[in-house]
Formats: sequence, structure tokens, C-alpha cells
Amino acid sequence: MSIYLNSDSKIIVQGMTGGMGAKHTTLMVESGANIVGGVNARKAGTTVELGGKELPVFGTVEEAMKETGANVSVAFVPPAFTKDACIEAIDAEIPLLVVITEGVPVLDTAEVVAYLEGKNTRMIGPNCPGIITPEESLAGITPHTIAGKGPVGLVSKSGTLTYQMMYELKDFGFTTAIGIGGDPIIGTTHIDALEAFENDPETKAIVMIGEIGGDAEERAAAYIKEHVTKPVVGYVAGFTAPEGKTMGHAGAIVSGSSGTAQAKKEALEAAGVKVGKTPSETAALMREILEKL
Amino acid sequence: MEFQAKELFAKHGVATTLGVVAETPEAARAAAEEMGGVTVVKAQVKAGGRGKAGGVKIAKTADEAESYARDILGMEIKGLTVNRVLVTPATPPVEEYYFSFLLDRSNRSHLCIASVEGGVEIEEVAKTNPDAVKKIRVDALEGVTPEKAAAIVDEAKFPAALRDQAIEMVQALWKVYVEEDATLVEVNPLARLEGDKLEALDGKVSLDDNASEVRHPDHEQFEIREEADPLEAKAKDKGLNYVKLDGQVGIIGNGAGLVMSTLDVVAYAGEAHGGVKPANFLDIGGGANAQVMADGLDVIINDPQVKSVFVNVFGGITACDEVANGIVGALKILGDEESKPLVVRLDGNNVEEGRRILDEFNHPLVTQVDTMDGAADKAAELAHQA
Repeated sequence: MSIYLNSDSKIIVQGMTGGMGAKHTTLMVESGANIVGGVNARKAGTTVELGGKELPVFGTVEEAMKETGANVSVAFVPPAFTKDACIEAIDAEIPLLVVITEGVPVLDTAEVVAYLEGKNTRMIGPNCPGIITPEESLAGITPHTIAGKGPVGLVSKSGTLTYQMMYELKDFGFTTAIGIGGDPIIGTTHIDALEAFENDPETKAIVMIGEIGGDAEERAAAYIKEHVTKPVVGYVAGFTAPEGKTMGHAGAIVSGSSGTAQAKKEALEAAGVKVGKTPSETAALMREILEKL
Repeated sequence: MEFQAKELFAKHGVATTLGVVAETPEAARAAAEEMGGVTVVKAQVKAGGRGKAGGVKIAKTADEAESYARDILGMEIKGLTVNRVLVTPATPPVEEYYFSFLLDRSNRSHLCIASVEGGVEIEEVAKTNPDAVKKIRVDALEGVTPEKAAAIVDEAKFPAALRDQAIEMVQALWKVYVEEDATLVEVNPLARLEGDKLEALDGKVSLDDNASEVRHPDHEQFEIREEADPLEAKAKDKGLNYVKLDGQVGIIGNGAGLVMSTLDVVAYAGEAHGGVKPANFLDIGGGANAQVMADGLDVIINDPQVKSVFVNVFGGITACDEVANGIVGALKILGDEESKPLVVRLDGNNVEEGRRILDEFNHPLVTQVDTMDGAADKAAELAHQA
């Protein structure tokens, strides 16, 4: 088992023929993920060979789903067109939409998130590494070689910290690792992923990685206290970040007293989550838990 | 800054008085003379609390305007040097209100905050009389229609005499928010002037960098170069994601989260080495090729505070051998300019090959350490010894 993504996932790529899209479609095909085609209105009807696989290009997401039975779309479209690409995928009722694109205007994301209300699509991202269920499927840019299958569920705002944590715990392995993205507004939240991991019988323990800015970690802590029975280990990046400066992720900015790493750590600890000071200490805390299982 | 916010207000039909921006006391005097009567001289910096810091003065004459401008120009407010003042006619408000639109991360939508119980002291009002501060959710798809604007004005209890003006202003402010892709549009104070005229006396607009990049090339004019740290300006020219901090250990890494984490780990390690701290945030992204690495190193070693540099890369998409070649290439590009010890930690894809490449290169200033914690400790130790 896993969350959101498994060996039955049939994946299309919006923006497959662009630079990033082609590069990562190749890597996804090589990882063994079932990529079934791409979408580009201007190249509809052609095929593209990526990773040794001949992939058909469709004019719309709807058409691609009809022809291939796709149930996941990964979007690599440029930021100026991301909103339209998302609306198209949501209108086509794709069950899972993973938006990798970095630099999407936040008002566009706010519109897309409002549009998702009551629809049949789950969106992950934008500005995220996507989701991997090791040895089953990959929808995104996470290297599939870092870690294999295992009992840990991982949810993280940050891409490279996802990779780092997978690497630290590679001898245990993961059910699913999901990077939800560091933008101020995102589709799938920490809470969504925690709920899914709690309900996934294969996931025995959960690592949650947050970073400064906003109050998502605090709200996740409240959710864990009420609803999560599985052990959760946490890490928050940005203890030494100064107030008022953006640290790379659009969302990673401390304003006033809210959103500090210390406040997030305290909220998580109050919910019974063990919080590591560093990625390696966090991995060590998870190791202790896993060894007792 | 205030004068820039007011320019955006005026552009979208928000009632405001632009005033004149002056960079010298003489220019402030000329502006005050032109306006005649009582004027206000206000420091223009990106910080709140300008009034409390002595950066806002009411001048009865042009002489006074000049003398206040002389005091204010060059003054430091919250670490920022004042390089310009805004001179406006003094229009004493009868009443002061607060109004803003902002991004509401928690609800993944937009929020309007309005209060007729005082403007500049809004934070105090929020504490002592929270019911007087109305928070009204704005749907991201519907936006602010005339009906919504009227509902906001009525809920905030604007005086009846100002209702129509307020509805118009709320819509105009929403235009600023949406059409300029702002994450904050704030009017504080929103003033009721003599004769029941509503006007934005002071304001603040935060723009979304992503949107400015994608569809507002004109927003570049709002960046005031001389106020940026020179190293930050240099990094920006090279397209690097760099933030200057106040420590001794230069940091280069890939991915915002990992770099933030690296800052923390270095700060912890520094506790055992004379309290050295990270000198910067620098995310070179997934690519990590030789040129980007060289550009990054170039910025960092030119920071006189930096005593050692910690390169912390996790090879994900970019394998470690490519990163190692990037470091080797960067050191060749920089040659003798690179004079500070470099601690490198590589992990992830193809790590053995990456480490072998650096071992073989055998640069006298480069030390490899296998773990993030260990490498941070080494970098802190070297910075402390230097």
C-alpha cells in the first residue's frame, strides 16, 4: 500500500515536450513509472521518444485520459501558463494533479485552489518535487534511486530535505514520500498527507518536515494530537533564519512572532511529536522508533 | 515604500495625495514652498514605526521642512538608512481607519481586514478591542464585486456619510491587489478629512515576486538598488538566490530547505567554536554546474566577514560527480582568488565518484567530510581558527 500513487497509476505529463518536461519524463520512464503520454496542443497527434519509450502527444488532458486511461497528470508547464493547465486538468477530472512548476504567481494558485473546491481532483504543489511510491511509481522529480520500499511515510515542504531524509533512512525504506512544496498556498497540505498515511496500513511511522513561515506545522500538530495514532517524527528548517528575509521558498519568511521554527517545534512537541534539531538527529529519532516496531 | 505604494494607489484610482519625493534638504524645501502652508516630511524606508523613530515631522514653513529633511535624511530606522523623504501637504484627519487586503495562507484565500476604530494604532486595537477589527474572507474566484465591497463597508461600519466613497475605494484597492499581483495592500491610516473626504494617507504594498517575474516587467522600477547589500546586489545580477547574514561561515547548498537546514546545523556547530555563525543563505538550485558554483563562491569569498566556506550538496537529480566537477571547475575559474578554506560534503547519487574526483583534484584548501553534521563542525572550527 501507499498513498495517492501506486503501480496502477497511469501518468500523463503536461508540458512533456519542454526542456524540464522531457528530461524528467525520461527519468520517470527509467524509474519504471507507467508514463502513458503527454499533452501539448501544438504537437497533438505526434509521438515523442523519451527514456526508450514512444509516447503519444495529445491536444488536451481530457483526450489523453480518454485514450490512455490516465489517472495522474504531472505538470511542467511554465509559470505563466500553469493556472490554465491546472484548470484544464481539473475540468477533465484527473484524480491526481502534481504541479512541479516553480515561480507560479500566488494569486493564480489561490484561484486554482478555490477552483478545486468540490471537484474530483487532488492537487500536489506547485513548486514541489512531487510524489514517489518507491518501486511502484514516480510522479515528479524525486530521484528513484535514493531509497526503496519500506514502512516510513514522508511528507515535506522541501525537495532536497525530502531527498536527504530518504537517504538517511534508506535502509528502512518508504511507503510514499511526498513533497508538498514551499509556496504560501499549496494544494495538498501536511494535514492531508498525515491523514492519508494514518489510513494507510503499510505506513508504520511518519516523518514530517516543515520550514519557517505560515502556520501549517502548528495546524498539523493540532491534527496529529487529535487524529494520528502512528508515531510521528518532525523536523523544522530555519531556526537561524532572520525575521523579514525570504529564504528561497516564497513561503519561507518569518514575519513578526508567527511562523518561527521554535514555535513550530514547540507546537509539534506538545502534540507528542519528537522533533530533531538536525536532519540526522531526526533520522536517528525515527530509527529508534522503527527498531522497536 | 510609502511613495511607491501611493503611486500604485493613484494608478488604480485610490484617493491619495502623492506629494513630492526629495533626496536633499533643498529639494524638500522647494517642494514645501511649492505646496505652501503646513507640510509633512516623512522618511521613506521599508519599515514600520517611522513616526516613533522621529522620521515623520510636521513643518509649518519651508525653512522647517528643509531643516527636518536634513535631520531625517541619513537617519537609520530599523537598520535602514533614509535616503529620501516624502513631502506632502499636511491634511489633519478628523478620524483614522485601517484597511487592508492580504493573502491568507491559513485559509488558502484572501482576507480583508478593516477597522474604523483607529488607524496607526491598529495592533493595539486588535489587542484591546478585537471585535472592532473586522476580518472578512474574500473568495479567490469571485473577488471583490460591488456587492462584496458594500458588504465589507457595512460590516466594518464605515460612517454613512462615507459609505459610497468607501465602497469605491475598497474596489479600487482590490484592483491594486489583483492587477498588480500584491500579497498585501494596506492603507494605514485611511483618513476621514475635513468635508467628509476619504483618503489613503499612508500605505504599504507587497508584491509577489513570482508574478512580477511572469507578468509585471514594470515592477522592476520599485526595486531601489542602493539599499540592497552590495553582495546581495552582485548575487542578484548573477541570478543567485543569496541572502547576506551576519556570520563567518559562508554557505552554499542546493535546495532552499536544505540550505536553511545547513544554516541551522552550522549555527549549532558554531556553539562549540567561539560562537561562529553562518554568513549567508545561498541556494544554487538543482543544476550546480561549474559556472553557477563559481559565481556563488565568488560572491561568498568576497564577503570580508567570511573565514571558511561550507559547500553542502545533496546529489538528487544532479549526481555528485557532476557537482564535484562543478566545484573543480569553479576553483579553476577562480584560481588564486579563492583563498578561504572550503569544506565540502557530498551525499546522494554517485557519491563515491564525486568524492573520488575531489580527492584526485587534491586542492590544498578543500576538505571533504562525509556527513552534514561533521562538515558543519569542521567549517565552524576553521572559521574560528582563522
